[in-house]
Amino acid sequence: MDQLRPKIKVEYVQHAAIATLTDEKILDESDIRGLAGSIMPLVETSPGVNLVLDFSNVKFLSSAVLGLLIRISRKIYESDGQFKLCGINPKIHEIFRITRLDRVFDIHADRYDAVRSLD
Amino acid sequence: MVERGLVHKSRVVASCVSAIEPLCRELLDDVTGFGFDEDEVFGIHLAVEEAFANAVKHGNKADEHRSVSIEYFITPVKVDISISDEGAGFAPEAVPDPRTEENLYNSGGRGLLLMRSHMDVVEHNDKGNCVHMIKYRANAQSDEVKE
Repeated sequence: MDQLRPKIKVEYVQHAAIATLTDEKILDESDIRGLAGSIMPLVETSPGVNLVLDFSNVKFLSSAVLGLLIRISRKIYESDGQFKLCGINPKIHEIFRITRLDRVFDIHADRYDAVRSLD
Repeated sequence: MVERGLVHKSRVVASCVSAIEPLCRELLDDVTGFGFDEDEVFGIHLAVEEAFANAVKHGNKADEHRSVSIEYFITPVKVDISISDEGAGFAPEAVPDPRTEENLYNSGGRGLLLMRSHMDVVEHNDKGNCVHMIKYRANAQSDEVKE
């Protein structure tokens, strides 16, 4: 069901994979399943991956996305990779702040900052 | 008793998460038309999506044969939204705080917190299968002064 997948564009810069979410809204179960189906293989086939998830196109998301981000981060940290978020607009950043997930995830202003912060 | 608004819409939709989309779009167009600002519209959208997802997943236990009822009233001062499912209900006070250390890494349980943080009133009926939410329009008072 590829047509249901939120599109992500993956680029490799230095020692990081940058996955840019291209959908403006990530809402329901099919969006989440599609996103998981796009990102998880990237994480599972590249142990120790440094993944930067770029939200600069995303204008709206539901709390179900937060659960997926936690699952992705667990998978990455299990294999000693690094996980960074960037390009999060102020209203969505407020969702991270309210849920205190801004303390859990390493959030950067943009992809350049995120890549620079990799160890 | 819900105050009657200038816009009043009521729908019963199938219990699947995507079923809210057309009505949600109408609601957001309506509140935008009444002068709710961008941040308020974002918060209303988030609260409705979260409440509807809770009704479908937790209330109706993802049973697509059940339905969800949505009713809203809008005045220049506020939007008043009720979302009901056909489930057994729940006790909102028993929902754990997702911000605590032991719950912070849970994959779910944040919907109610986000509804409460973006709306002015979030309350449930005694049974716990109907959520009633109100958002007051911040600029409503300054409009009255201009008039």
